[in-house]
Amino acid sequence: MAINKVMTNFEDAVAGVKDGSTILVSGFGGAGMPTELLNALRDQGATDLTIVSNNAGVGREGIGGLLSEGKIRKVICSYPRSGGSVIFEEMWAAGKVELEVVPQGTLSERIRAAGAGIGAFYTPTAVGTQLAEGKEVREINGRLQVLEYPLKGDVAFVLAKTADRWGNLTYNKSARNFGPVMAPAADLTIVQVHEIVELGALDPETIVTPSIFVDRVVKMAGPGLGESV
Amino acid sequence: MGKGTFASGNTNRLSRRQIAWLVANEIPDGSYVNLGIGIPTLCADHMPEEKEILLHSENGVLGFGPRPEEGEEDADLVNAGKQPITMLKGGSYFVHSDAFGMIRGGHIDIAMLGAFEVSGSGDLANWTTNNPTFPPGVGGAMDLAAGAKEVWVLTEHQTKDGSAKIVNKCSYPLTSARCVKRIYTDLAIMSIGDDELIVEGMVEGMSVEELQQRTEPKLRLSDSYVVLSAPDL
Repeated sequence: MAINKVMTNFEDAVAGVKDGSTILVSGFGGAGMPTELLNALRDQGATDLTIVSNNAGVGREGIGGLLSEGKIRKVICSYPRSGGSVIFEEMWAAGKVELEVVPQGTLSERIRAAGAGIGAFYTPTAVGTQLAEGKEVREINGRLQVLEYPLKGDVAFVLAKTADRWGNLTYNKSARNFGPVMAPAADLTIVQVHEIVELGALDPETIVTPSIFVDRVVKMAGPGLGESV
Repeated sequence: MGKGTFASGNTNRLSRRQIAWLVANEIPDGSYVNLGIGIPTLCADHMPEEKEILLHSENGVLGFGPRPEEGEEDADLVNAGKQPITMLKGGSYFVHSDAFGMIRGGHIDIAMLGAFEVSGSGDLANWTTNNPTFPPGVGGAMDLAAGAKEVWVLTEHQTKDGSAKIVNKCSYPLTSARCVKRIYTDLAIMSIGDDELIVEGMVEGMSVEELQQRTEPKLRLSDSYVVLSAPDL
């Protein structure tokens, strides 16, 4: 059987994403942000979403678009404030969207744990702060550490540079960021890419995300919206 | 000690870039250094050419260089503040969880962070002001404060309205307790002593008495203190 994860368009790529889903979204600001998948999901109509991403979106595309149409119930992120994150700030101040702030390293490690089958882990990050309130703290090797649990997605949206039809991925520069840690951490991982190459064209030494972590691939029509406001 | 409310008119002050230049020139050769948002990211533009220092960014970059020439910006190559950067020879990219493994695993020699407040014992508050209309944002600050071998804070000495930022006790929620080693401001360089701040440098014309009036914790002038100077930046 010839495995082919390449979808013909963005509408097909986001088909079946359900209301109430938790969606892991790659990107650090605009770099690596799968804006076209988010826009396709806005058109698809799924709502009551929890978005897990480093930031909370800027402008009216991508996360900003889903927010302004009331599709997002909760954002889990490390840093919601960015130049242009106006929609999130207004909706948060008005109580229209929930926010869970997670230290960035704890966020990426919780996602990693979910993809790697780890039950929980202890970290020294956030000990003695508001962000550790209510969490189990234990002294390990003479240091207080906070118990943290995995953060799994029903769906992951990732932007990568190149894919083959099996879903092997490479990334571009710092647009890699959360992509390789989010791809393994969801039941359905959907990747938008700049180019699709023949099977065998990617050097096995340079594949960053192996195909086993990827379910669907869709090629972008242009350079990508990123976080253009 | 009351909070200083001096007018800024006649005081020599370092610009944000001058603070970054001073810090860049104090980093030991061969260090691995993380640059946080704010004044810290400016350091990348002023690293001394004779040293090899590897700059780390939380978004998966090690060995980056100054901002690019105008027109050479790459949206896929940015620093912690999402501003465009360049890569140096020998630089590398990696996944976010590895970037924080470097931080949490003790591989970063110095983390440069901004601050809302720093206390005399080295407590740092830089993630939330509990403002109900302004969402909190921690980014990588708590991981850096917990994991880096040293934390240096780069900040204006006082708030825009003249309140102290270097305080006896932080009024905002902490990022981490007793994590700061050195503080660089537009007026002075200080290190955290046992029960006082040691002033290692001050701008020209500043006296320790005047600096004390702008600083809550007790100050002591180092025997080897210097007058700070930086090129026009």
